Amino acid sequence: MMPELGKYAGAVLSSYAVSLALLALLVAFSLLRARKVKSELDEIEIRSKSNG
Amino acid sequence: MSIWEYANPVKFLRLTDKLLPPLAILSIVTLTIGLVWGFFFTPDDFRQGSTVKIIYLHVPAALMAINAWLMMLVASLIWIVRRHHVSALAARAAGPVGAVMTIIALATGAIWGQPMWGTWWAWDPRLTSFLILFLFYLGYIALWEAIEDGDTAADLTSILCLVGSVFAVLSRYAVNFWNQGLHQGASVMRAGALAGDTEERVSNVFAVPLFVSMAGFFLLFLTLVMLRTRTEIRSRRIKALLAKERVE
Repeated sequence: MMPELGKYAGAVLSSYAVSLALLALLVAFSLLRARKVKSELDEIEIRSKSNG
Repeated sequence: MSIWEYANPVKFLRLTDKLLPPLAILSIVTLTIGLVWGFFFTPDDFRQGSTVKIIYLHVPAALMAINAWLMMLVASLIWIVRRHHVSALAARAAGPVGAVMTIIALATGAIWGQPMWGTWWAWDPRLTSFLILFLFYLGYIALWEAIEDGDTAADLTSILCLVGSVFAVLSRYAVNFWNQGLHQGASVMRAGALAGDTEERVSNVFAVPLFVSMAGFFLLFLTLVMLRTRTEIRSRRIKALLAKERVE
């Protein structure tokens, strides 16, 4: 299944590893912050409604 | 219905609530197809060997690094002219995404350059303008974080974005302006190739998965900017509610 990369295997594999890791980190940070901010806003809105 | 109605944060949140899930699925599917196709099912290049597989990451990331800044430029101009908060927040949301695309383009370029050029880095026009673009991204993100007042931050970052646009354009056309350096000229979007000249054209074996990968990167960018803009809108709402609580 794995293609024959020859003497450039290190370069090709490290390119894919670095890029996919950076994209995964970006997606993870974006999702985590989205979730955190949304729950924070929900909490504040409930609080401000109960305070009238 | 006018497009400006979506400058209303509530309408933007309602619209993107529906758009985001299918867009996220589409971007993951397209990106996976493009990268798997490029990595597993394309042959080696007769000169570059297997390093040609780096093209499926390097070119789409570089393209999005430049286009992200141009999107930020349009959003910043809308903010300056029409004072729509969603456009300023969309520009802010795109900053880190564009910065990551620039890092990927620089890193994969260095890794690709070492075996092909014999060096990780050269002060070549395109490489240098890309590095300056990356520094502009860092400055843009830092400026947003440094200023407490949202509108002032939007004003100042918009001006920075206008200035940085020079380097975004230079990053794209540097190889055409200065016919020197190690980086090759445009090969995928070359005029002759687009006109159908087979001598100029990148073989379809490489071009088709590359276009799929480019579409995947574009859709991922769109998804992330949408998601992050929603977060910025909510974050601004939190600030407004907390300020209101303090007054009461």
